[in-house]
Amino acid sequence: MSDPTNPTTPTPALDIEQVRTELASARGRHYWRSLDELASRPGFDALMAREFPRQAPGLLEAVDRRQFMQLMGASLALAGLSACTRQPAETIMPYVKAPEDIIPGRPLYFATAMPIGGIGTGLLVESHMGRPTKIEGNPDHPSSLGATDAFAQASVLGLYDPDRSQVISSAGEIRPWNAFTAALDQALAAQGSSGGAGLRILTDNITSPTLAGQLAALLTKYPNSHWHQWDPIARDSARLGSRMALGVDADVRYRFVDADVVLALDADFLGSGPAQVRNLRDFSVRRKPGGSMNRLYAVESSPTVTGARADHRMAMKAGDVQAFAWALAGQLGVAPQKPKNLSPEYTKWITALAKDLAAHRGRSIIVPGDHQSPEVHALAHALNIALGNVGKTVICTEPVATQPVYSMASLKELVDAMAAGQVEVLLMLGTNPVATAPADLQFAERLAKVGFRAHLGLYDDETAQLCHWHIPEAHYLESWGDVRSEDGTISIIQPLIAPLYDGKTMLEVVAAANGRPQSGYDLVRAFWGDKRKAAGDFDRWWRTTLHDGLIPDTALAPKPVGLRSNWIDAVIRMHDDTKDAGVGLELVYRLDSGVLDGRFANNGWLQEAPRPITKLTWDNAALISPATAKRLELKNEDVVELTHSGRTLEVPVWIVPGNADDSITLALGYGRKRAGRVGDGVGVDANLIRTSAAAWIASGVTLEKTRRTYPLATTQEHHSMEGRHLVREATLAEYTHEPAFAREMVEEPAKDMTMYPPHPYEGAAWGMTIDLASCIGCNACVIACNAENNIPVVGKEQVAAGREMQWIRIDRYFEGAETNPTIVHQPVPCMQCENAPCEVVCPVNATVHSSEGLNDMVYNRCVGTKYCSNNCPYKVRRFNFFKYQDWTTESLKLARNPDVTVRSYGVMEKCTYCVQRISQARIVARREDRDVRDGEVVTACSQACPAGSIVFGDLNDPESRVAKQKADARNYSLLGDLNTRPRTTYLASVRNPNPELES
Amino acid sequence: MSHPTNPTREVTGRPPFIEPGHTFESVTDKIGAIVLDQGVRRGWLIGFTISFALLMLLLFALTNLVAQGIGIWGVNVPVAWGFDIVNFVWWIGIGHAGTLISAILLLLRQQWRTSINRFAEAMTLFAVACAGIFPVAHLGRPWLAYWLFPYPNTMGIWPNFRSPLVWDVFAVSTYATVSFMFWFVGLIPDLATLRDRSESRVGRFIYGMLAMGWRGSALHWHRYETAYLLLAGLSTPLVVSVHTIVSFDFAVSVVPGWHATIFPPYFVAGAIYAGFAMVLTLAIPLRRYYGLQDFITLRHLDNMARVMLATGLVVAYGYMMETFVAWYSASNYEAFMVTNRFFGPYNKLYFALIFCNVIAPQLMWFKKLRLHQGWLFLTSIIVSIGMWLERYIIIVVSLHRDFLPSSWGMYAGTRWDWATFLGTMGLFMSLLFLFIRFLPMISIFEMRTMVPDAKVDEGEIH
Repeated sequence: MSDPTNPTTPTPALDIEQVRTELASARGRHYWRSLDELASRPGFDALMAREFPRQAPGLLEAVDRRQFMQLMGASLALAGLSACTRQPAETIMPYVKAPEDIIPGRPLYFATAMPIGGIGTGLLVESHMGRPTKIEGNPDHPSSLGATDAFAQASVLGLYDPDRSQVISSAGEIRPWNAFTAALDQALAAQGSSGGAGLRILTDNITSPTLAGQLAALLTKYPNSHWHQWDPIARDSARLGSRMALGVDADVRYRFVDADVVLALDADFLGSGPAQVRNLRDFSVRRKPGGSMNRLYAVESSPTVTGARADHRMAMKAGDVQAFAWALAGQLGVAPQKPKNLSPEYTKWITALAKDLAAHRGRSIIVPGDHQSPEVHALAHALNIALGNVGKTVICTEPVATQPVYSMASLKELVDAMAAGQVEVLLMLGTNPVATAPADLQFAERLAKVGFRAHLGLYDDETAQLCHWHIPEAHYLESWGDVRSEDGTISIIQPLIAPLYDGKTMLEVVAAANGRPQSGYDLVRAFWGDKRKAAGDFDRWWRTTLHDGLIPDTALAPKPVGLRSNWIDAVIRMHDDTKDAGVGLELVYRLDSGVLDGRFANNGWLQEAPRPITKLTWDNAALISPATAKRLELKNEDVVELTHSGRTLEVPVWIVPGNADDSITLALGYGRKRAGRVGDGVGVDANLIRTSAAAWIASGVTLEKTRRTYPLATTQEHHSMEGRHLVREATLAEYTHEPAFAREMVEEPAKDMTMYPPHPYEGAAWGMTIDLASCIGCNACVIACNAENNIPVVGKEQVAAGREMQWIRIDRYFEGAETNPTIVHQPVPCMQCENAPCEVVCPVNATVHSSEGLNDMVYNRCVGTKYCSNNCPYKVRRFNFFKYQDWTTESLKLARNPDVTVRSYGVMEKCTYCVQRISQARIVARREDRDVRDGEVVTACSQACPAGSIVFGDLNDPESRVAKQKADARNYSLLGDLNTRPRTTYLASVRNPNPELES
Repeated sequence: MSHPTNPTREVTGRPPFIEPGHTFESVTDKIGAIVLDQGVRRGWLIGFTISFALLMLLLFALTNLVAQGIGIWGVNVPVAWGFDIVNFVWWIGIGHAGTLISAILLLLRQQWRTSINRFAEAMTLFAVACAGIFPVAHLGRPWLAYWLFPYPNTMGIWPNFRSPLVWDVFAVSTYATVSFMFWFVGLIPDLATLRDRSESRVGRFIYGMLAMGWRGSALHWHRYETAYLLLAGLSTPLVVSVHTIVSFDFAVSVVPGWHATIFPPYFVAGAIYAGFAMVLTLAIPLRRYYGLQDFITLRHLDNMARVMLATGLVVAYGYMMETFVAWYSASNYEAFMVTNRFFGPYNKLYFALIFCNVIAPQLMWFKKLRLHQGWLFLTSIIVSIGMWLERYIIIVVSLHRDFLPSSWGMYAGTRWDWATFLGTMGLFMSLLFLFIRFLPMISIFEMRTMVPDAKVDEGEIH
C-alpha cells in the first residue's frame, strides 16, 4: 500500500498496527500527547492521505477482510485526530454569556464604506445577530450625508448572492489558498531574474492607501512590471479634458448648494457617477421654491433623470454637444465664434443661456458629461474658469485615484503587450475585462497568450473562465480595507460578517504576491499603525475611526488651477469637424442605472428596478426618438441590426419621447454570459459592437430592420396623464403668484361632508409627504424598500404579466410634445388613506385601520380575494400570484430582515410605512416613558432618499417636519377628489424656467 | 294545431301547452320511459363522455391551481379579477331562469312553466354549482375560504360585514340551498312514480329512499302543495336578491365602470336574459332528441323568446344609461371609461357585446323567427356569448384602465383560464346528462294536470 499521490518520496512506512498498539497503551493525557507525537512522525501524511477515501487507493482495489479491518481501524484512530487538526487557532467564545452589545432581536449598526470603481461611499450597515441586512447612508460621511444610491442599497443582496464564486479553483479543480500562493510564488520566482518584465497587474481604479502601499512594494520588487488599470466606469474624458485645459490631472467637484445656474452638457450628474448622492443632496437644497431656487439647463441625447428635472432641456445628438459647447464658448467670449447655420430656436436658447450664465458669475456651474469627449471637458473647464466658478462652485483637487490613468489607453497597452507575447504573468484583480472590454481589443483572444493568468472576482465570470486560477473575492461587507470617497475622505472598510466563502480581498492577494500573505485586518492595521506612529494611542484612534466610518480631514484640499496658455490650440487640434456634423445615426453607450457596467447583473433587485426613464426591467434596448422610429418604421420591441466598424449587433428597439433624433442609446452591462443565474443572457452585450476609439459615442452607425420582435418587460405601459392632475406642476412665477396652485386644480369634497363624526387619532397619526420638486426618480427608495421589507424578485416574465412586487413604485409621465416633453416622476407608496377603499371590501378583515391611522395588512388573515387591489385607486397593492420568495436558498435567508414577515403565495401585500420601525421606536419611547420624537421613525424610503424628498412623521405633532410640510401651500392629495383622504401627500413640483425662453 | 277540448287553450288562439291526444298514462309513460326503459342511448353516451372528459379537465386545472398559485391564470395588477369572476357572474346569471320559472311563474299561475320548470331548476342548481367553484378557486389561499363564514373561532374575528363578498356568501349559499330544496320537493311525487314503476331492485331502492315514503294520500298532497307554495314564496325574493348582491360586488367599489347605481336592476335583467337563453339552448335539442315536442311545444319556445326579448331590452337600456350617466356625471374617470370601451384596446369585444346582446335579439320581434327552432337556438347561443362578454367588459375593461395611467395594464386569459372555464361547462353538462338519465326531466305529475282529463275530473285525481 504505497501512496500513489506521492510516489517518488521515500517515506518510512507508518504501520496501522503500530499506531494501534501505541494508542492502546496510551492513557489519559498521555493519550493525547501521543497523538500529537504521532502526527509529527514521518509517514503520517501518507497515512493521513489514505484516511480520506478519495485518496485511499486501497478501497478502490479489491480489499480482503483483513485489509478492510485495518483501514477501518485507522479511520477510527484518526477520526478524532483529523477533527482536532481542523480546530481554528483563534479562541472562540461560547454564547452562554452574550457578547457585549448584542441583544437578540435588536440590530446593531456599523460604519463602513462601499467602493464602486474604487470610490467609496460611507455607509451604516444594520446587522442582525451578525448578519448585515440593510444598508443606510452614513450621515457623517461627506459623499453620503445619510443617503445612498440604489447600488449601495442593493449591495446587501450581492453579499448573499448564492451564485457568488465560492472556491479557489484551477482548471476546474477546487484548490486550497496555499496551493495558489505556491503557484503564484513559482510564477513570480521566474520573473525575478527579469525584474518582472513579464508581470502585469490589472486592477480597477484604486484609491485605497493600504493597497497603494502594497502595490508600490510589488512594483518596487519587480521594477520592470506594469500596473494597468481598467475600469469600465472610469471617467477618461474628464481626465484627458483636465490635462488638455489645465495641463495637470485634477478631479472636479461641484458645490451645487452655491450654484444659481447649472448647465449639464449631456451630464447625468444626479443619476450616475461617484458623486451622485452628494450632488443630489446639494442640488435638491436649491430646488425648494420657497428659498432661492436654482435653474438647470440640460442638453442631452437621451433623457436622463437630470434632464427630466431640468428647467430647460434640449435634445440633441451626443455628437453635437461639443458644437454646442463651442457655440456657448463663443457666446461667452471664451473661444472664437464659430459661425454655423443654427436654427433661430437654437440661437435663442443659447443666447438666453449665455446671458443667464454671465449674470451669475461665480454662482454657476457647467457640468460636462462623463461620456462626452475630452474636448467638451476642456471647454467646460475654460467656461467655468471664465465665469469665475472655479474655486467657488467648481472645486478642482488632486486626483483621488492613487495613480490617475487614461483607463482605455492603459487597457490597450496591456492588450498590445499580450498580443506581442510580452506578458507571462497576469493578475486581474477585481475586474472582468473579458466582459467589459470593447470588442476591437479582442481581449479574450489575446489573454490566451499569457502563461499564468489569475483572476480575483466576486463571480466565476467570463474572465475567470479563461484563467488558470480564480480566487473568490470577498464582498466589501466581508472585507478589511480602506477607500477614498470622491472628495478624498478616507474610510476604513470594516467587515460586517466573516467571509461566507473564504473570499480574499485584493489587498490580501497583492500581499501574497509580495510574498507576505497576511490577513486584510493585519495589513490595514499595520499600514495605519505605521502612518499614525507619531500620533500615539493608535488603538483609540482605530476604534474612533471605525466607529465614525471615516478619517476626518482627509478630504482633498482645493487646488488652484488655471488654463494652459495654449489650451485652445490643443482643443482645436483635437477637434474634428466631421464629428459634430452629425451624419447618419449615432450610437451612444451609457452605463446602466441598474447593472452599471454589468457588475450588478446578477442582482435581482437592480435588474427588476424599472429604469427611471424607460421603465424597462430585465433588458437593455436601443433607445430611439419617436421621429426616428417613424422615419425607420420601427415599433417598440422590433429587433434591429446595428452595424458599426464592421461589427453587428441585434437589439430590440424602445421608443423614448425626448430622445434626440438619429441618436441611439444603448446601455452597457447586459448580455453577460457568466454573470450567474439571474444575470445570464439578460439583454444584449453592447461591447460586442463597441470599439475603444468610439467608446462612448459612435457615429456613422447603420441600422437594418429584421422581421423579428423581442418582448421587453416594462412596468408602465402608458405615459400620459390623460389630463388628470396627478403630478401637479407650476413655474416659479406661477407659484409666487399663487402658492396653493396645486390645490386649486381639483375640487375635493369637504371633510365634514359625512354623517359620521371624525375619527380621533390619539397618540400618533403617521403621515408622509413627497416633494415632487426635488424627486428625480432615482430608484434608491425602491431598492431600500426591497431590502427593508423582504420584497421578492419576480423575474421578467412576471413583470411583463404585470405582477411586479415593489411596494413603492415611481410613476413617470411625459407631457407636451413628443420631441421634447416635460418628464415628471412621482413615487407612489401606499397612500394609507383615512377613507381606505380597500378596507371596506376585504371580506375577512385582513386589511384594517390602525389606531395610528395606518392601513394595516394582516398577512395571516388574508385569503387572497384581491378585491382590495381592484378597489385601490392607486394600485399600490401587490399580490403573491406565485410563491415568489425563495424559501430554499440558505444564503438568501440570511439577507432577510427578521422584523418583517416573509410572505408566501396567495396573500396581498403593500407598503406598511415600515411599521416595524414604528413599533421599534414606540417600544423604546414607552420604556423611557415619553412620546416618539420627531425623526425617530424614518421609513426605509425616506432614509435612502438622497434628495430628501420623502418626509415621514407624526401629524399630531405640530412641530414635526411632516406636519410643517403638510402645511405647505404646495401640499396636495393624489386623487383627493375621490375622498380617500390619503395620509401620503405630495408637494407640487415647481420649475424655474428662464422668463426669456418662455414662449 | 288547436284542439276544441284543450283546457289550456286560450282565447288568443295561440298554440296549446301540451299537444292534443295525451292521457294520464301516455304522459307518465312517455316521460318515465326516458329514465326507466330507454337505457343508455348512443347520443347520451357520446355527450356524457365529452362532458365527463371536460369535468376531468376541471379537476386537473383546479389541482394545478392550488399547487402552483393563481399565477397560472392571467390575472395581474390592475386586473386582479378576470375569467374567474366573469365566469362566476355568468354562471350565477344562468342560474336565474330556474327560480324565476319555478317560483315567480308559479305564483303568477303561468301554466306554461309546467313542462320546463323541472329541468330549468336542475340547470339552475348545476349552474350555481359551477358558479360556486370560482369564488373559492380564485382565492389566493382557497383552503381558507371558510373564513368568509361567520363562525365562532379562536381568533375572535368575524368576517367583515361591510364587504359585498360576505354578502355574496350569504346570497349564493341561500340561493343554492333554497333552489335545491325547491327542486327536490318538486321531485318527490315523481320519485314515487319511478319507485313504483321501476323494475330493478336498485332502482326501486334508491327511488324509494328518495321518495321519502310518498304514498300520494290526500294529506300528502295537501302538505305538499302548501310546502311547495311556501318555498315558491321564499324563492321569489331570491330571484331579485342574488344578482342584486352580486352586482354590489361592483357597485359598492370605486372603480369607474363598476360604481353605478343602475347595476342591481340591470344585473337582474341580465341574469334572467342569460338564464332564458340557456333554457332555450338546452330545451331545443332535448325536446328533439327525446321526442318531447308534445310537452315542450312551440308555444313554450315562443314564450321564452318573448321573455328573452323583454329582458334583452332592459339590458340594452342599461348599456344606454351607463353611457349617458358617464357623460351626465361630468366625471373625468367615468367619461374615460366609456371612451375606452368604445375606442380602447378592447373595443372589438365591446362591439361584439352590443351585437350579441342588443342587435341579435331584435330578431325575436318576428313571430316566424320565434317559432323557428334553428333561429331561436342560434339567438340563444349568441345571447349566452353576449352575456359572457358583458361581464368581461364590466370586469376586465373597467379594471385595466382606472385612475392612474401609470398602472394601466392589459389582461388576457391563459390556457388555464380556458381550461377552468371549459371544465365548468363539463361539470354542468355532466350533471345535466346524469339528471336526464336518472330523473324525469319534465314533471310527470304536473304534466298530468295539463291533460284534458285533468280538467274534467279535477276533484278525483289520485
